[in-house]
Amino acid sequence: VMVPTIWYVLLSAVLFMLGVLGVLIRRNAIVMFMSVELMLNAANLALVAFARQRLSLDGQTMVFFVITVAAAEVAVGLALLVQIFRNKRTTDVDAVNALKG
Amino acid sequence: MELAIFIITGLVAITGGVMMLLSRNAVHSALWLLLNFGAIAVLYLLLLAPFLFAVQLAVYAGAIIVLFLFVVMLLGAERAEDEREAMPWQRPLALVLALVLLGQAVFVAYQRIGVAEVPAATAEYASPAALARVLFTDYLLPVEITSIIILTALIGVVVLNRKETRA
Repeated sequence: VMVPTIWYVLLSAVLFMLGVLGVLIRRNAIVMFMSVELMLNAANLALVAFARQRLSLDGQTMVFFVITVAAAEVAVGLALLVQIFRNKRTTDVDAVNALKG
Repeated sequence: MELAIFIITGLVAITGGVMMLLSRNAVHSALWLLLNFGAIAVLYLLLLAPFLFAVQLAVYAGAIIVLFLFVVMLLGAERAEDEREAMPWQRPLALVLALVLLGQAVFVAYQRIGVAEVPAATAEYASPAALARVLFTDYLLPVEITSIIILTALIGVVVLNRKETRA
């Protein structure tokens, strides 16, 4: 028996909510960043499920682009975190509250 | 059979996400996230997306998680974060807002999708060859732009991490 598309979408919604929660309640910048990746994955899952429902490849193509851009984004984001850590000796986002260098 | 795999994999994915949130140690968080990415890769297979399954494992479970682990261990940032709260009302409020968001998502999903019949598909529908044909014909320009984005990220990382010579 085939799994209805809406189940995938509901799973995607739950995972997205977990990602939002991670960004809101965690203070460690690296874990917040991981939560962003979780949200991206949740959206990707919904896209693939919709592509399956419509028998179209466009959704899968979109996911391919999201994954490549996410790889670039993680590289830049982590480089920024390393720089912040060098200056502040912490990854706690509450400690990074001033614009001055 | 497919339903059983979906339920088990979905529970594994949710467990990975929840434990990532609850782990006080950033290394554990990264490993739980790896479990979540693996579960999502299996779901891609169930959705007849073998190419995305491979890309998910290679890029997310491979490259991105390794990068996270590398940075966490390089910085020694795995220790538990400070329990002191700058804004004590923030966590309960975040929980409530996240549940509201989830409720809205479920409501909209039932309103707009319903329980439509999933059309049958052959395994060739999203074979790597078929996906590549779409990527390099209809989506040729976006593919080229992606390569520029990756080049930009590469240069950005090099610039961000260069040695300061003027000190």
